[in-house]
Amino acid sequence: MKRLIAASLAALALGVSAVSAEPVKVGLITTLSGGGAGLGVDARDGLMLALKNAGDAAKDITVVTEDDGQKPELAVQIADKMIQSDQVDILTGIIWSNLAMAVVPSAVAQGKFYLSVNAGPSPLAGPQCNENYFNVAYQNDNFHEAMGQYANETYKNTIIMAPNYPAGTDSLTGFKRYYKNTLAGEIYTQVGQTDYAAEIAQIRASGADSLFIFLPGGMGIAFMKQYAQSGVDIPVIGPGFSFSQDVLPAIGDGAIGVKNSASWAKDLDNAASKKFVETFQAEYGRLPSIYAAQAYDTGSLIVSAANKASVKDAAAFRAALKAADFESVRGKFSFNTNNHPIQDIYVREVVKEGDVLTNKIIATAFTDHGDAYAEQCSLK
Amino acid sequence: MTISRETIINIVLALLLLAIPYAAIQFGNPFYVTLATRMAILGLAAVGLNIALGFGGLVSFGHAAFFGIGGYVAGILASHSLSGAPLNFGVFSVPGTNQMPVIWLVALVAGGLLAAAIGAISLRTSGVYFIMITLAFAQMTYYFAISWPAYGGEDGLSILVRNQFPGVNTMVPLNYFLVCYGVLMVGLLVSALIRDSRFGAALQAARQNEVRVASVGITPFRIRLVAFVISGMITALAGALYADLNRFVSPSMLSWHMSGEFIVLIILGGVGRLYGPVAGAMLFVMFEFLLGGMTERWQFFLGLILLGVVLFARGGLIGLIAGKPRHG
Amino acid sequence: MQIALFIEQILNGLQLGVMLFLMAAGLTLIFGVMGLINLAHGSLYMVGAFACAAVAAATGSFWLGLAASLAAAAAAGAIMEVLVIRRLYDRDHLDQVLATFALILVFSEATRWLFGSFPLYLDIPPLLQGTVPLPGGSRYQLYRLAIIGVGIAVAVGMYLLITKTRLGMRIRAGQSDRDMIGALGVDIRLLYTVVFAFGAALAGFAGALVGALQSVQVGMGEPVLILAFVVIVIGGIGSIKGALVGAILVGVTDTLGRFLLPQLFGLMMPPSQAGLVGGALASMLIYIVMAVILAVRPQGLFPAMKG
Repeated sequence: MKRLIAASLAALALGVSAVSAEPVKVGLITTLSGGGAGLGVDARDGLMLALKNAGDAAKDITVVTEDDGQKPELAVQIADKMIQSDQVDILTGIIWSNLAMAVVPSAVAQGKFYLSVNAGPSPLAGPQCNENYFNVAYQNDNFHEAMGQYANETYKNTIIMAPNYPAGTDSLTGFKRYYKNTLAGEIYTQVGQTDYAAEIAQIRASGADSLFIFLPGGMGIAFMKQYAQSGVDIPVIGPGFSFSQDVLPAIGDGAIGVKNSASWAKDLDNAASKKFVETFQAEYGRLPSIYAAQAYDTGSLIVSAANKASVKDAAAFRAALKAADFESVRGKFSFNTNNHPIQDIYVREVVKEGDVLTNKIIATAFTDHGDAYAEQCSLK
Repeated sequence: MTISRETIINIVLALLLLAIPYAAIQFGNPFYVTLATRMAILGLAAVGLNIALGFGGLVSFGHAAFFGIGGYVAGILASHSLSGAPLNFGVFSVPGTNQMPVIWLVALVAGGLLAAAIGAISLRTSGVYFIMITLAFAQMTYYFAISWPAYGGEDGLSILVRNQFPGVNTMVPLNYFLVCYGVLMVGLLVSALIRDSRFGAALQAARQNEVRVASVGITPFRIRLVAFVISGMITALAGALYADLNRFVSPSMLSWHMSGEFIVLIILGGVGRLYGPVAGAMLFVMFEFLLGGMTERWQFFLGLILLGVVLFARGGLIGLIAGKPRHG
Repeated sequence: MQIALFIEQILNGLQLGVMLFLMAAGLTLIFGVMGLINLAHGSLYMVGAFACAAVAAATGSFWLGLAASLAAAAAAGAIMEVLVIRRLYDRDHLDQVLATFALILVFSEATRWLFGSFPLYLDIPPLLQGTVPLPGGSRYQLYRLAIIGVGIAVAVGMYLLITKTRLGMRIRAGQSDRDMIGALGVDIRLLYTVVFAFGAALAGFAGALVGALQSVQVGMGEPVLILAFVVIVIGGIGSIKGALVGAILVGVTDTLGRFLLPQLFGLMMPPSQAGLVGGALASMLIYIVMAVILAVRPQGLFPAMKG
């Protein structure tokens, strides 16, 4: 309450009417068609739910949504349109790193705010960081680092596998940053590969005591099904993406017991998370994924900042965002110097509750974890 | 000299495209300038393809390879210009640049070399084989770009500041549109000169009757190869412009969907027509934009529209308005 | 152990090849008889997978799902032929490419409309779960062996169909002389619809079989489609024998490339570097093979008669 009064006073002093009456226009660019649409739909639903749950506090926030079809050129075109025609103040919603790399640098160069609900490519955390770019999700390496940490304590001889593209090599680099024991092998697969028989045969023959995989989307589903059916019983670990709520039903029981890392799971014990899971289920009739959780936090962050400062006053709004003064479903959440999260990262296990596959937290891999690129960023 | 109906339509189209950005600024919707620029660039890419496909009957399903290499030329030279590190070719090295004319020249050369290599093998085949082998070559470059880490791989490569054209501030959308429009007009001029030249006549004759052309002592293979190379060069130039428009290049410029889109543009506008690609690009970008704004399911309706054009509007937009073509 | 691994990889290559054959056989048949190039063949594959997953989820039986996939893909194929494809036979390849490209957009979005944006679940039937021992001490998945078996059965079946039956005779007649067959009093329109539906059913069948191994989602048909085109171009368009040889060649080359190339480069450079370079080359390998084959034999390995 005190803060609200102070903010109102500040607003009066600036000669602006009540702060919360300043309309905020948010441009949501995400993937709503094609193979990756599931992630975008969850992100959109999560963000909209946050605004709905905020009630009156969000009444001056409007959102325009468009589908990027997972194509970078289209995302750039939509961003241009939202900036030039719709005159949005904030852009958000992009799921994929390659699309983020296409949109973010030019959007922030034009003085817009960009809040990332999912992608966290390393250049944007390091040398290309920007005061108007806030990542509410993670830096791409984080979940892999957590699994590296976990594997370092649990296993002696791990074989690791990822697709042959930047996010894939980043993943294995992140893993190796914390995993110091022997590597039984390193396998790079094709992007979009659907058959993993050759790789599974190699894994079987490798003599490893554990397998780390990073295979997002359909690749992960295909691999896990084939792996479960192959009879190879080397335990699987990986970042949460391949074992998130949106893909678990498609993998089936083969996923049970897999350890994976994420900054959130639905059994996390805090009021914001409980409310989020409850209202999400009531609203959309399904369990939320990590993408929905991150987008929900992004929505809450926008609401908190909009009620503190006018979006037209870039410096004040930036400070309000950086304060991260919202109730995160992740419990605690703050921004590092490079505007990327400092948060706890958990180890989760895939379990079956009744008929539903879901994740449950079994350990904490990192407490107050930042990222490895912050020192390359010139922001203070 | 009589002015045909097609010529009048061509002039109207050229003026219409030029008018869009001015109208957009007048009506306070500056985004349409970007849209018009996109039309001009995709139009140019299709003008390139049209030389092979429309005049020569060479259905290339792999022109995304040239489009992409042009884009990467712009991206790579710009990134080296920004970082100051020279490009190393082993025996010699050259500095990067952010000057558009230089970039365009390099894009033309690179596109031409790639087209010569692909064409030399592909043109030994014909018909469906040609369609598929050009697709295969484009896929090769696509996978190469994705897994080659030096320039961003699948993440692509950002151009932070749009490259420069002497005497023009290219960051102003209208200026950049005018640059692209100018290049498009030059491309159309080249296309018209080729069509009306003896070379163009031989190319079109080779499409209609290979045996007869060979019997008068012309080798269809050579003519086609030259046409294919010119075609690849123009599409590569469009790629360089496209990279600067988006200030970004990525392997998706090389994907087979892109090759498909170029074919779509030509058929929408009218196969073998000088302005067919331009008309097609204007229509396509408009459809994509309007439908995308209306519904998430826009690809469904886009598909239906394309289907309707193929089945019921043969000859494309220009064929619909101008009637039967004079040429071939 | 190396020998066992090698045998396993050869089997994997065969299995991929057989899968590609099911796709390529339909494509090449449709081209051979009707002279049509069908980019939407991958959509029929997707239809089969979705039909199988949906029916299997509703009834709990994979086998009913498999039957449904055949029926759904054949029906989708027949409807597609009657409404659209029929008008394309006397057009050039350009119109065919564009129209079937448009059909991909329509099919993908329509499927997403019906089934939502999230991937569906489909598991292999209990009968075929588990593994069997291989010589050399390794084990191989029963389901993949079954796929190889089914693929060989389909190949033999198609051979018999085309050489021994009345329908096959008409198909062969259609391949060699399209005008002649009309003069013989055969109902060409019906023949074409039947052939198209048959090719579609094969694609749908492949989709259902693979759906149990992979993820059943929108867009799943496109990578397979491109591979299938590589197969028929290598084999010679219109030739079923070529499709079989091409499919096995592509399947084995791709699998062995992914397995051997990184090891080969591993002899020269550190493992993570070798994985990257080898992986990159492996992903281009089949296209390189195709370019080489076409450079030497522009009509593919088994040129079909002029259609």
